[in-house]
Amino acid sequence: MNITIAQDDTKAPVFYLADEHAHAKGASTALGFWIYLMSDCLIFAVLFATYGVLGGNYAAGPSPKDLFDLPLVALNTSMLLLSSITYGFAVLTMEKGRTGATHAWLAVTALFGLAFVGIELSEFAHMIHEGATPQRSAFLSAFFTLVGTHGLHVSFGLVWMVTLMTQVARHGLIPANRRRLMCLSMFWHFLDVIWIGVFTFVYLMGMLR
Amino acid sequence: MVFGRLTLDALPLHEPILVVTFFGVAIGGVVVVGAITYFRLWGYLWREWFTSVDHKRIGVMYIVLGIVMLLRGFSDAIMMRLQQALAFGNSEGYLPAHHYDQIFTAHGVIMIFFVAMPLVTGLMNFVVPLQIGARDVSFPFLNNFSFWMTVGGAVLVMMSLFVGEFARTGWLAYPPLSGIAYSPDVGVDYYIWGLQVAGVGTTLSGINLVATIIKMRAPGMTMMRMPVFTWTALCTNVLIVASFPVLTAVLALLTLDRYVGTNFFTNDFGGNPMMYVNLIWIWGHPEVYILVLPAFGVYSEIASTFSGKRLFGYTSMVYATVCITILSYLVWLHHFFTMGSGASVNSFFGITTMIISIPTGAKIFNWLFTMYRGRIRFEVPMMWTVAFMLTFVIGGMTGVMLAVPPADFILHNSLFLVAHFHNVIIGGTVFGMFAGIAYWFPKAFGFKLAPFWGKMSFWFWVSGFYFAFMPLYVLGLMGATRRLRHFDDPSMHIWTLIAAFGALLILLGILSFLIQIYVSVRDREALRDLTGDPWNGRTLEWSTSSPPPSYNFAFTPVVHDNDAWWDMKQRGYHRPLQGFKAIHMPSNTGTGVVLAGLSVVFGFAMIWYMWWLAALSFATLLAVAIGHTFNYKRDLDIPAEDVTRTEGERTHLLAMQA
Repeated sequence: MNITIAQDDTKAPVFYLADEHAHAKGASTALGFWIYLMSDCLIFAVLFATYGVLGGNYAAGPSPKDLFDLPLVALNTSMLLLSSITYGFAVLTMEKGRTGATHAWLAVTALFGLAFVGIELSEFAHMIHEGATPQRSAFLSAFFTLVGTHGLHVSFGLVWMVTLMTQVARHGLIPANRRRLMCLSMFWHFLDVIWIGVFTFVYLMGMLR
Repeated sequence: MVFGRLTLDALPLHEPILVVTFFGVAIGGVVVVGAITYFRLWGYLWREWFTSVDHKRIGVMYIVLGIVMLLRGFSDAIMMRLQQALAFGNSEGYLPAHHYDQIFTAHGVIMIFFVAMPLVTGLMNFVVPLQIGARDVSFPFLNNFSFWMTVGGAVLVMMSLFVGEFARTGWLAYPPLSGIAYSPDVGVDYYIWGLQVAGVGTTLSGINLVATIIKMRAPGMTMMRMPVFTWTALCTNVLIVASFPVLTAVLALLTLDRYVGTNFFTNDFGGNPMMYVNLIWIWGHPEVYILVLPAFGVYSEIASTFSGKRLFGYTSMVYATVCITILSYLVWLHHFFTMGSGASVNSFFGITTMIISIPTGAKIFNWLFTMYRGRIRFEVPMMWTVAFMLTFVIGGMTGVMLAVPPADFILHNSLFLVAHFHNVIIGGTVFGMFAGIAYWFPKAFGFKLAPFWGKMSFWFWVSGFYFAFMPLYVLGLMGATRRLRHFDDPSMHIWTLIAAFGALLILLGILSFLIQIYVSVRDREALRDLTGDPWNGRTLEWSTSSPPPSYNFAFTPVVHDNDAWWDMKQRGYHRPLQGFKAIHMPSNTGTGVVLAGLSVVFGFAMIWYMWWLAALSFATLLAVAIGHTFNYKRDLDIPAEDVTRTEGERTHLLAMQA
């Protein structure tokens, strides 16, 4: 895109590129994926806003102080943060073209992700067991939807990660696969950022309410 | 269990109107399917159109979808006008309340989501890559998939006509009315899943076009050299990306309320229905600018081309567009001043709303000054443009009236409001789409639309609009509220009769448009344009042949001016005749059709509580989507000989012309 064109219009102007090198494939993918992430971010924005408005409506039911187990949530948060670091290592090894190491780091990332989803599910199961169901109050509806949507995203990321590991195993670190790994990387770190919002806004501030 | 809550009672056999409609649609459908089979067109349609990733063909398919759905949306309109013209005093009209309520809901939903949106997206899809000198959009497969998701949503909404029923809530389905307590049947579920399926398509196509405009412009085309239509398309797609996720989220929350029993928008357990109203208008207000901005772009192109002048105030036009884009997020509350958020909040939103009229007014003056001392050619597209300027100004001024909170407390939910938004949507978007279709039709098909029937359509539409909606302003000022099935006050009768007459004129306008297409196809040889530049155009799409080859441009153009093609013509551009190279293009795929089809099955299963089918179709959907990513060979090379042959034919045709 960055071709300078002579502004001297008195000479015969160039109206077309006679000699054009092919565009790099997937040149728009990173930008397109960024825009997608921003649109996804808006979905979370709506869920955060809803939690902000409805989060205090306990309907005489349990409140965050009755429900949240901060040490467990801290453990969960560390799982997700560690998975972001290991994904970072996967990308670094990918840049060096080391297929085996990339695979290994992706596997470690997936395990951390799995642990995160597992802990979250057990937290949910515990709350539901205590009668704090999504139907109980608007606060709980908003809580389960916000945290659950994030969890669904992580689960989707895991499916994607397994798919990509298969594809890397099959074709190696070809440019198409590198591009895909970078997209998943953005997605994964994005979910990390969202989780930091959830951790702060829902859990920490919830304990202060 | 197999069919969920779907039983034979869901078929509306007891509704004579629907039975007759069903037979009409069935016979029409059989005739169309039979004709396609008889002429052996299925293979051609599948290979060349349904699976095509060519932005031009996808654009045309969007517009066909919009026109087909216009017929459905308009039949709803004329049924409502007839009911309101009849149902006075002792007469109950011919529509029972539960049917009438479905009709006004379906009318709004279809006209916005499945008429206006496909027309707008179709025009942008067709025109933008050509205007920026690109060979396709950034993500061609995604483009095809987006289109079929939009079709999928339309299919779900159409299904509700004959299997079950549609929502009876009004086009935005406010809770608590749309909650499970007050709408226990499938109507709202059809609404939700129809919009969710189509919404995926709209969001993805928005992302696609933003990336295309940012990344794929021809060398030399800086942001401030982009044609105005491309600018409006950029702003529109930014609005799509920044607002449709909100719709997706708020509908998902309503879905949870209905399916899971959460309490987001319920009246008890801490729910808050006004939260829904706020959220849906945070999507809804940008949506009206999504509809009208591309139309502004169309008018800009047309006013400049048919006045034979460069657009007046290009820079101010761009800034006005960007201002409107930003302001459209700061006004949502004016749709419900009556919520009662207090004087300061209402004043804020009243003032921001009034401010929008400033950039919009600047645009009107820019168009007027473009025409001033121009050599104006009153062809059909220009006629629509002039009619727009007159009509839209009226709609804009009633909009400013509604922006005054105290006035709005009187006019809220009245027919005055209905008249206002039809005034801006028809006078702005619909006129713009007809103008755009008339303007770019020769580019898409290589022949012009027959002007006589275009003018007939124009006059019927414009006069019909005034007859149909000016009476609603009067009725609204007299206090008539919207969505009424029956009126008591006989003094209002004359106005609904006039409005019904207006609807009849619009019907003639639509029929003239269809006749125009038929006549133009019949007389296509006489209307043929070989130059590719029938209007003496100014932007790059007119520099290539009509219809353009699949690769759009044999050589990527280099841009030196806002009106790139005009500049090329002025400075003695010569079309290159040799040195053609192979061109890399994406190949067609049927995956988009399959994914959208599975989404329709999934939506249908969710609507009718067929949980096994929902799970099965969702799993299949995932499997097909993942399977598609295992296909790494998605493009092909158009060999240099093919390019040389195509361009040689054009050289020959141009020589014949000369």
